[in-house]
Amino acid sequence: MHGWTNLSSSVDSVFLFIMGISLVLLVGVTGAMVYFAVRYRRSKHPHAENIEGNLALEIVWTVIPTLLVLAIFWVGWKGFVYMRTVPQDAMLVKVTARMWSWRFTYENGATSEVLKVPVNQPVKLAITSSDVLHSLSIPAFRVKEDAVPGRENYLWFQPELTGSYDLFCTEYCGMGHSAMVTKVEVMSEQDFNAWYRGATGKASDGRSGPDGVKLFADKGCSACHSIDGSPKVGPTLKGVSGHRVTVLTGGKEREITATDAYLRKSLVDPQADVVKGFPPIMPSQKGVLKDAEIDALVEYMKGLH
Amino acid sequence: MKSSFYNTPGKHSGLLAWVLSTDHKRIGLLYLSCMTVFFLTGMTLGLLMRLELIAPGRTLMAASTYNALFTLHGVIMIFLFIIPGIPAALGNFMLPLQIGAQDVSFPRLNLLSWWFYITGAAVAITSLFTGGGAPDTGWTFYVPYSIRTGTNVSLAVFGVFLMGISSTLTGLNFVTTIHRLRAPGMSWFRMPLFVWSIYATGWVQLLATPVIAITLLMLMAERFFGVGFFDPAKGGDPILFEHLFWIYSHPAVYIMILPAMGAVSEIIPVFARRTIFGYKAIAFSSLGIALFGYLVWGHHMFTSGMSDEARMIFSLLTFLVAVPSGIKVFNWVASMYKGSIRLDTPFLYVMAFIFLFSIGGLTGLVQGALATNVHVHGTYFIVAHFHYVMFGGTAFAFFASLHYWFPKMSGRMYHEGRARVAALVLFVGFNTLYFPMFILGWQGMPRRYYDYLPQYQTGHVIATIGSWVLATGILLMVYNLLRSLKDGEKAGDNPWGGTTLEWKTTSPPPAENFEKIPEVTTGPYNYK
Repeated sequence: MHGWTNLSSSVDSVFLFIMGISLVLLVGVTGAMVYFAVRYRRSKHPHAENIEGNLALEIVWTVIPTLLVLAIFWVGWKGFVYMRTVPQDAMLVKVTARMWSWRFTYENGATSEVLKVPVNQPVKLAITSSDVLHSLSIPAFRVKEDAVPGRENYLWFQPELTGSYDLFCTEYCGMGHSAMVTKVEVMSEQDFNAWYRGATGKASDGRSGPDGVKLFADKGCSACHSIDGSPKVGPTLKGVSGHRVTVLTGGKEREITATDAYLRKSLVDPQADVVKGFPPIMPSQKGVLKDAEIDALVEYMKGLH
Repeated sequence: MKSSFYNTPGKHSGLLAWVLSTDHKRIGLLYLSCMTVFFLTGMTLGLLMRLELIAPGRTLMAASTYNALFTLHGVIMIFLFIIPGIPAALGNFMLPLQIGAQDVSFPRLNLLSWWFYITGAAVAITSLFTGGGAPDTGWTFYVPYSIRTGTNVSLAVFGVFLMGISSTLTGLNFVTTIHRLRAPGMSWFRMPLFVWSIYATGWVQLLATPVIAITLLMLMAERFFGVGFFDPAKGGDPILFEHLFWIYSHPAVYIMILPAMGAVSEIIPVFARRTIFGYKAIAFSSLGIALFGYLVWGHHMFTSGMSDEARMIFSLLTFLVAVPSGIKVFNWVASMYKGSIRLDTPFLYVMAFIFLFSIGGLTGLVQGALATNVHVHGTYFIVAHFHYVMFGGTAFAFFASLHYWFPKMSGRMYHEGRARVAALVLFVGFNTLYFPMFILGWQGMPRRYYDYLPQYQTGHVIATIGSWVLATGILLMVYNLLRSLKDGEKAGDNPWGGTTLEWKTTSPPPAENFEKIPEVTTGPYNYK
C-alpha cells in the first residue's frame, strides 16, 4: 500500500514519528492515572498526603514536551519544504474546479475530466476554481491544496506506481460536494504519450466535432441530471426537449416549451428560468463550454426520449 | 425547609420569576435548561446524519437535507451549546459562590446576556423554516459559497451575531466580577482554579468575539449589497474571510476548553482528598493558553494557499500552545498521587476526560505538523480530533461538573448507580463512534460528504452503531439527573467534603448566597 508517490513514504514516516511519541505519552498518562486510582483508592489509602508541587518536576515536564513538540515541528516542516519545492522538469497541468467537477488542462491544450499522468514523472498541478472554494485531495499521494477563485495554488508529486487512484474535493462546496470525485490515472510513459498526442484542444477523441455523450459524462452534468427519467439534484433530461416545462422566472411561475434556444439558455444562464421544484444552483457554463460543445450537448439532449 | 433562592419571593412569579430574574443562580439554570434542549436537538441531528451514512448513496434523505443537517448540528453544538456551555451555565451559578460574592458585578447585564443568547438562538432556529430554507454552508460560513447559496444564511448569521454579543457581555461581566467582588482575604492565588479558568476565558470572550461580529456583518453586507470584501471578481479575497473567521473561532476553541479544564482542576482535589499538585502551574497555564490561543488561527488554513512562511510560523506557534495543555494533564495526574481517591461519578468522568482529551490533544500534533496536516486536512481525521477535544474533553468535563455540583444546585443527590452505568455506556459509545473516524480520515475519507466510496463503509457502519450506544448513555444520564431532581435523596450542604466556598453555604444556596460573607484565610484546596 506504500510508495504510490515520492511523498507517500516521507509523509508516513513523519506520521509514525508523531504516533510513536504520542503513544508513549498516552500510555504513560493513562497508565499512571489508572494505577493511582487503584493504588490510592480510599478503602486502601484512607489518608492522603498533601503534596503541593515540585519545581523540578514542573521544569522536567515543561522542558521535555517543549523539546518534543519542537522536534515534531521540525520534521513536519522539513517534510513540507520538500512538498513545496517543485522540480524544474515537472509537467504542468492546470486544474479548474467548479461545482461539481474537475477539469485538467495540459500544455498542448488537451483537456480531461480525469487526471492522466505518466509514471515516474514529476507533475505540478496549478489549481484554481471558477466559482466557490474547493480542495483537491489525492489521499494515496498524500497531497491536497485548496482551489480558490481568483488565485492559483499549486502542489506537486511524482507517481511511482501505475494504477488508478481516487481524487476528492475536500472543501465543502454545496449540494454536489460528495459527488465531486474523479480518478487519477497513472499510466506508463508509452500509454500516456499515446493519449497525449491524440488529445488536443479541439477534439478529445479524434473525431471532427465534440461528442455530446462524452461531454455529458466528462463535464459533470451527470452528477445532477439523470437520463432515465429519475430526478436527482436537478431535473432529468429524458424527454425534455420539445415538451412543456413549468419554470420560475424571476420568482414567477410560467409554462414554456423546451426549445433548442431554451436548452442553450439553460446552459449559459441557468438562473433565468429555473425548473419548478429544483434549487437554483446550476452553475453557468458560459466561458466553460465552447459554442460547439454547447451545440453538441443540445443535440445530445434532443436525442433523449 | 431552609430558605433557598428557589423559594425566595421576588417581583415576579411563575416563568417570569426566571426569565426576568437577575439572580446569577437562576440565570445559570436558565442557560442550563436551554442548553440541555439544544444539546439533545444537536444530538438528534447527529444521529440522523450517522444513520444516513450507514451505507453509501441515499439512505433516508437528500443531499441538500444532509448538508443542512451538518450545518445545523455544528451551529447548535458550537454556538448554542459548547461556547456558552460551562461558563454561562455552571460559571454563572458557581463563580459568585466560589469567590464568596452575592452576585456578579452587573446582574442586569447578566440577564441581558441571556436574552441576547435566547433571541440569537430563536433567530437561528427561525432561519431553518423561512426564506430559502435551512442554511447549508457548514458552521464555518466560508465564502464565496455562503454568498452564493440561496438558503437562509443571512438570518442564521444574524442569530450567531446576537449570540456573540451575549458571549462578549458575559466575558466582561465575569472578568469584572473576579476583579472586584472576591471575599475578604481571597487573594489571586487563593482563588479556585475554576475561577482562574473562567477569568482567562472571560478575556478571550471579551477580546476575540468582536472579530466574529465584524466578520459576520461584512458577510451580510456582501450578501445584501454585493460590497465585494470577499468576492475575487470585485477585488475581494476569500482567504481574508478565512483569516477573520479563525481569528475568532480558534480562540473560541479555548473559550470552550478552558472552563472544562478549570472544572477538572476543581473535581480532582475533592475526590482525591488532597491539595492540587502545581496550583500556580495550572493557573498560569490557563493564562498561557488564552494568550497563545490568539496566535495560532492559521493552522486551520494550511492548505488554503496562504504563504509558506505563514504556514511555518503558525505551525511553530501551534506546537507551543500544546505545551501548557500538557502541563495541565501532568499536574492533574500528579494530583492523584498519594491521594485518597473515591471513584464517584464526577471522578469517573474526569478520568474519561483526561484519557479522551489526551487522544484529542496528541492527534492534534499530527495536524499541527505541516507534512501530515496536508494529508489529514478536511478529512474525518479532523472530525474525530475535534470531537475528542470538544466532546470527549469539554462535554465530558461538563457532565463531570454537572454531577459534582448537582447537589449544590438542586439540594438533592443523583442516583449514583445509574450515573455510573450511564458514564460507562457514554464512554464506550463515544469511542465506538469517533475512533473509527481517525482511521477513515487517514484513509482519505473527506468530511461533510453525503455520499462516499464503498471502501469506507466498514468504518462508517461501526461509527453509526457507536452513535446509538452514545445516545443511549446520554439519555440515561439526562433521565437520571431529571428523575433525581424529584426523588433524589436530600443532599447535605457539603456531600463531597469540598473545601471551596460554594460548599460553605446551604444546598441550594439562599438568594444572597451566604448568611454571612466568609473570610478566606487559606488556599482553595486545604485538606490538612
